[in-house]
Amino acid sequence: MDNTLIEDKKQKLYGLLAKFDTPEALVAATRRVYEAGYRKFDAYSPYPVEGLQQAMHLRSSPMPFIVLAGAIIGGVSGFGMQAFATVIDYPQNIGGRPLFSWPAYIPITFELIILLGAFAGVAGLFFFTRFPQPYHPVFNSADFNAHASQDSFYLGIEADDPQFQLERTQRLMEQLGSVQVSEIEA
Amino acid sequence: MEILEQTPIIEPGHTSLSVTSAIADVPLTPIRRTPVGWIAGLLLAFAIMMALLYAVGALFIEGIGVWGVNAPVGWAFAIVNFVWWIGIGHAGTLISAILLLLRQDWRTSINRFAEAMTLFAVANAALFPILHLGRPWLFFYLMPYPNSMGLWPQFRSPLVWDVFAITTYALVSLLFWYMGLVPDLATMRDRAKNIWAKRIYALASLGWRGSARHWSHYLSLYLLMAALATPLVISVHSIVGMDFAYGLVPGWHSTIFPPYFVAGAVFSGFAMVLTLLIPLRAAFHWKDFITARHLENMAKVMLSMGLVVAYGYLMEIFNAFYSGDIFERANTLDRFTGFYSPLFWGLIAANVVIPQLLWFKGVRRNVLVLFVISLIVNVGMWLERFVIIVQSLSKDFLPSSWHIYLPTIYDILTYVGTLGLFLTLLFLFLRVLPAISIFEMRELVHETGHHNAVAVENATDGKAQVYPAKPTKKEADTAKGGR
Amino acid sequence: MTTNSDEQRQPLDLAAARQQLREKKGKDYWRSLNELANSPEFEKVIEQEYPRQASLLGTLNRRDFLKVLGASLALAGLTACVPQGSDKILPYVKPPEVLLPGKPVLFASTVLQDGYGQGVLITTTMGRPIKVDGNPKHPATLGGSDVFMQALPLELYDPERLKQVMNQKTAKTWGDFTNALGSLSGNWGQGAGLRILSGMTTSPSLIDQMGALLKKYPQAKWVQFSPVARNNSLAGANLVFGQPYEPVYDFSKADVILSLDCDFLFAEPGHVRYGRDFGVRRQPISANGTMNRLYMIEGSSTMTGSNADHRLAVKPSQIEGFARAIAARLGLAVTAPTGDVAGQPWLDALTADLKSAGKGALVLAGERQPAAVHALAYAINQALGAVGNTVNFIAPVAQGYAGDGYTALKTLAQEMSSGAVDTLVILDSNPAYTAPADLDFVKAMGKVKNVITLANAMDETAVLSSWAIPAAHSMESWGDARAFDGTISIIQPTIEPLYGGKSALELIAALLGQPVARGYDLLRTYWQGQLKGGDFALTWRDLLGKGVIADTASAPIASLPTATLNGMGALPAAASGMEIVFEPDYTVWDGRFTNNAWLQELPKPLSKLTWDNAAYLSPATATKLAITDGDMLILHVGERNMQAAASIQPGQPDDVVVLSLGYGRKEGGSVLANSGFNANLIRTSAAPWFQSGLQVTKGREKYTLATTHEHWTMENRDLVRSTDLEDYKAHPNFAHDGEEQAITLYGQEERTGYAWGMSINLNSCIGCNACVIACQSENNIPTVGKDQVIRGREMHWIRIDRYYKGSANRPRFVYQPVPCMHCEKAPCEVVCPVEATSHSAEGINEMTYNRCVGTRYCANNCPYKVRRFNFYKYVDENVASMRALRNPDVTARSRGVMEKCTYCVQRVNEARIQAEAEGRPIADGEVQTACQVACPTQAIVFGNINDANSTVRKLKDLPLNYGLLADLGTQPRTTYVAQVKNPNPMIKEEA
Repeated sequence: MDNTLIEDKKQKLYGLLAKFDTPEALVAATRRVYEAGYRKFDAYSPYPVEGLQQAMHLRSSPMPFIVLAGAIIGGVSGFGMQAFATVIDYPQNIGGRPLFSWPAYIPITFELIILLGAFAGVAGLFFFTRFPQPYHPVFNSADFNAHASQDSFYLGIEADDPQFQLERTQRLMEQLGSVQVSEIEA
Repeated sequence: MEILEQTPIIEPGHTSLSVTSAIADVPLTPIRRTPVGWIAGLLLAFAIMMALLYAVGALFIEGIGVWGVNAPVGWAFAIVNFVWWIGIGHAGTLISAILLLLRQDWRTSINRFAEAMTLFAVANAALFPILHLGRPWLFFYLMPYPNSMGLWPQFRSPLVWDVFAITTYALVSLLFWYMGLVPDLATMRDRAKNIWAKRIYALASLGWRGSARHWSHYLSLYLLMAALATPLVISVHSIVGMDFAYGLVPGWHSTIFPPYFVAGAVFSGFAMVLTLLIPLRAAFHWKDFITARHLENMAKVMLSMGLVVAYGYLMEIFNAFYSGDIFERANTLDRFTGFYSPLFWGLIAANVVIPQLLWFKGVRRNVLVLFVISLIVNVGMWLERFVIIVQSLSKDFLPSSWHIYLPTIYDILTYVGTLGLFLTLLFLFLRVLPAISIFEMRELVHETGHHNAVAVENATDGKAQVYPAKPTKKEADTAKGGR
Repeated sequence: MTTNSDEQRQPLDLAAARQQLREKKGKDYWRSLNELANSPEFEKVIEQEYPRQASLLGTLNRRDFLKVLGASLALAGLTACVPQGSDKILPYVKPPEVLLPGKPVLFASTVLQDGYGQGVLITTTMGRPIKVDGNPKHPATLGGSDVFMQALPLELYDPERLKQVMNQKTAKTWGDFTNALGSLSGNWGQGAGLRILSGMTTSPSLIDQMGALLKKYPQAKWVQFSPVARNNSLAGANLVFGQPYEPVYDFSKADVILSLDCDFLFAEPGHVRYGRDFGVRRQPISANGTMNRLYMIEGSSTMTGSNADHRLAVKPSQIEGFARAIAARLGLAVTAPTGDVAGQPWLDALTADLKSAGKGALVLAGERQPAAVHALAYAINQALGAVGNTVNFIAPVAQGYAGDGYTALKTLAQEMSSGAVDTLVILDSNPAYTAPADLDFVKAMGKVKNVITLANAMDETAVLSSWAIPAAHSMESWGDARAFDGTISIIQPTIEPLYGGKSALELIAALLGQPVARGYDLLRTYWQGQLKGGDFALTWRDLLGKGVIADTASAPIASLPTATLNGMGALPAAASGMEIVFEPDYTVWDGRFTNNAWLQELPKPLSKLTWDNAAYLSPATATKLAITDGDMLILHVGERNMQAAASIQPGQPDDVVVLSLGYGRKEGGSVLANSGFNANLIRTSAAPWFQSGLQVTKGREKYTLATTHEHWTMENRDLVRSTDLEDYKAHPNFAHDGEEQAITLYGQEERTGYAWGMSINLNSCIGCNACVIACQSENNIPTVGKDQVIRGREMHWIRIDRYYKGSANRPRFVYQPVPCMHCEKAPCEVVCPVEATSHSAEGINEMTYNRCVGTRYCANNCPYKVRRFNFYKYVDENVASMRALRNPDVTARSRGVMEKCTYCVQRVNEARIQAEAEGRPIADGEVQTACQVACPTQAIVFGNINDANSTVRKLKDLPLNYGLLADLGTQPRTTYVAQVKNPNPMIKEEA
């Protein structure tokens, strides 16, 4: 491989992308890359792959807390709105029922718990995944575009990882049983 | 289990790529090569939908009077259709959410479609509460919004509960469905040849690239949504049931309604899924993905739900006589023998008697019979709602006010029209979106053919420990007899 | 153009104006305009260009018209702006100076029913009469009313009234008519060819005028005819007393009443008063301690019969036999039938009862029965000593009328066909429709050169007349009338004639050669001549204010001869086979109200039929003839036949077909079109009420009848709780037997301030429907039409439920008026999603129309089904006169909105404002709901149930008080006083 080529590419290099055929290979490779001290890397798969999360030592997603928060807000505000409306803001004698008819508030309270929980969740997803994000350097790889969302698995190490040294990293990746390693422009 | 052995939930010999192309190429068919069948179907559905347009036009110009409703029968077709559509809308979320939580792999190939069906059914259902208003242009009075009159809706009324339930249900189902679509939209983006199609899918897919980090958030949220949707499904139809249980009309005023309405909803929902899937899997050659086992499982769910519904009927009748309430008793007797009794016996036959055939494997395995039964159940559930609503109202407390209800042409056109709307949406969906969740199918393919994966693992790296260290629950299930 | 004060005083009379204009030699441009304004062509142009204004042409002179035209182009809806009568008319309670905007003013006046006067109070707002109620000072009503009285406002504003003088279908003016009349009367000579046909006439001034006319044309004849006139009553008196005396009854003194086919609660003159007196004595704890007892033997199921303690439905022809048997048992010289008569099981107990009642007994015969039966009734009364106590005899109220209407009309018809009649003047009568078939009156009319008809609309008679003169409505014109007991009261107008109508007085005056004479002057001059002594101006003022001329009730015949039954002859041989029976209709009378939508849509008391009459048959008869509801029947009587739809009615006598009058009309409006079947096609002058030899054949096609009540029984639900007097004495608490105390999760909020409530006394309610129409008129309730009634969309805020008890062959009837119950735990309110219906602090269940979105959930959840929904835009906002009809204090509801009884909240608020202005609490009885005011028997009482001394509270404290469906825990504010009947223990009613 022509080093000079690599040299002048270096500036606008996003990183290296290794391609695998099976999810198991990807998981194994990922584990090795992590052990090798790399941190700024990511794995890409056409469907969720068991064990990948552990291999990358990713913290488990904070989604549950976000959804919980949303649900609580929904519940409190829902019940509060109804109580405020029927007791304070617009008290009416409705069929001789007490102003504070809390049992009647429950269905709406419940629905709002669900609704705001779901909204919070989706908002959270967009926040953590930085979605919508139509452009990403990996899309510069025609091969990635042709396979990543269908039948192949990729491991990408970013150039600005402190451990990143083109040759060494490239060698490492080739040892990982990848079928092909390519460079990705930034 | 022994059925599992015979029939896998996906025919062997499939690869990630094969399932992907099999599913994704349907919507990606170039416009010029659009199947004639699809065009014909869409046109037909669209024509039927025009009936709705006409009927609603007349309704808005003339007033509710164009319908057959009267005093005492203030509610009829509109509310019957509302409950019926909502019921149908339940299978989708149930299949995708509850079965997901229960780790039922076989849901994978039908959940996407079922969710779509849910959305379209709910869209139809949501029409009726607005159409049936005397002054539909003021429907927003039912929602809490800051207004100069300083007024609020009346939060004790089940109709306001409905507004919240239906809105929530529609939105959450939509989000859940879209969430599920995102990775597949990415696939579509990558497979689309047409530049415009590519761009549109690209926008819709939010830039999904299958990153492990994204997957972890994504799966976490997907499960959470399922966990939210499950009680939601239950609550929605419970609240619809309360519309009636809350009133003191004999035949309505019954605590059993919420659970029994939910069961009925699931019952009719699954029936509708079958009614639609059976022809579709033939039309799109998806027999590999939607196998006899799917149909069989759905038939079983239908059977069990049918039994719950039957129990509901039984308890209603029992309570009427046990309570000693003369009004309840008279109402029940009128159901047996009154003007609407043919409909009552019809629904008993359709919802209780005929589904018992599903006890026989032969019947569950016979696609055609299954299809017919599912149709019958759909009709039966519509009749059930009609009897509950109309018959109860037509003979309540004061004999002086008793009056029967007969539908007018506008009642009927409105109902038929919504079927057209439903089918139109369905046809459009099939043409532009993958009707089966591709990424979940890939997962399925991988899991069912998992043993060779282990081999690959060993080949690539001797030192690597055999993956996976301990099988997850999911694998354990399939390991029991996936192959 | 004349602009002198005289013209201001004049009514806006085009003819008068034109007279003056003719004499006037004004400036040219005036004259040209005059000619324009006066030419019929111009009027036609106007009629095409400005239909609404056209109606005013008659009433406004040219200048007013041009003014109005300009104004109305800006704001349409003129009929509401017709000026208050310029004549001096006096408000009932206040002088007219205090005519405050929005403040209703009451005028005492009189309305006519078949000539008999009924004193009324007419409510006007800003010069628009909108409500008619009984005049408490008038003996015929005592403040009560009936359906016809209540429905008058709609009749007044009926847009289909005759609006112009018509001559052979071309629009003319009063002037043209009087001119034509001038030349016509020229060759009347002695009046040999002049005939006047009028309805029953009790008006002293009119009778006086007739006298003058007959004096001027000695050979002219005046015929009085009404298809429902009191003929047999008078003939019967003639039979026993030798004079056509008229009976007047006093139910307040009657302990035991035997009615021989007499529907005295509806059909007899004075029925409103009778209802009151009868009702007072119906109470288990009644005025003088004894509850009256009513035996009814009748030839059709009547309202009165439905209120009887003992009721027997037989062929009308069988009643004479029964009457003779009773008479014989009471020792009267009459040949009793040998063998059993209908009602044999009654005879002993009944005679005993009558004997013991003595002077407290009352036997009356209905107009349907022949003179003989009346004769027997009179004789029996006399024998029992009842005459002078429960019954009195007076000279006929329709002065000089001897009960010979049919014969007189027959003679007239013959004269007409023979060509002897050259001019026929018809007042307040529609003979072309009402005349019996055998007279062939229409053909006879063809032989008459000039027919001059004073008509309300282009009815069957008017279209055949050479001159049709628009008649002024009794609310538009001056007049007077005598009540059932002879009491005289004044008719004073409450509005200028909307369409330039003329009163009978004015028309007769024109015949006498005074074309511009005005009713006011004619009436005033007449009474000036009558009321001698004292300052007439004051007397006049006073009697206008009271509406009644004091002490004018006719004195009972002093020396009444002992009844002789010799003239009676033998009992006619019992007729076999089926009989056709006619009855005045409960909602359209003899046809004069058939174009009144309120009455057309009013469910008939027993059949609950609307928009049609029908051939009623008993279930047994129907089974025998294999007839089902709605079958078209062909009824053959003699050589005549007609078609009518069958309606099976429990309680009708067997082998009888009952048909009411007044339907099947062809001309006179769009409301009456295609409704019902014309009984006059088989009705003959010989047997106007019933006839044997009826043949019924079943037609092929079906006919849809619109009833509001499709179910007959109470399904063993204790909706109407009733028992017998004996049982009541034993268990005064019977109304609460087996009642469960409904439990509530919520505490009972204690009532402070006013707590409005209503009590409806089922002992008093006679099912007359007056409350229904009163509510309709007070609350601007629209009519919906036959097809909507068939769909079950009628709008009445109060309805009268009718249930049958016992077997279908011998049913007993119960009525139950059902307005909104104003439940304290209202099921309708909790289900309304938008708070469109909620509870007022005073316990009224209120509708906020603006907020209502029309989910109809409240109606579904209302156990009483009193909520009414506007499925279409029923309210008529286009016809100007319909707007003038409306009560300004009540919102007109539009499409898609729920509505219901409000306890007349507008009246409550009016009273509150008044009370607060005077710094006092609202007094008991100060707020009266429309239904309460209208009720002839005072069955409905409204008031503050927080006030321990209020009438309504006292009623609610009775052990008889119960709440409808109270077990549901709705805590209704409207409750009922349970019904107690008073049957004779000696008679065992077989079911």
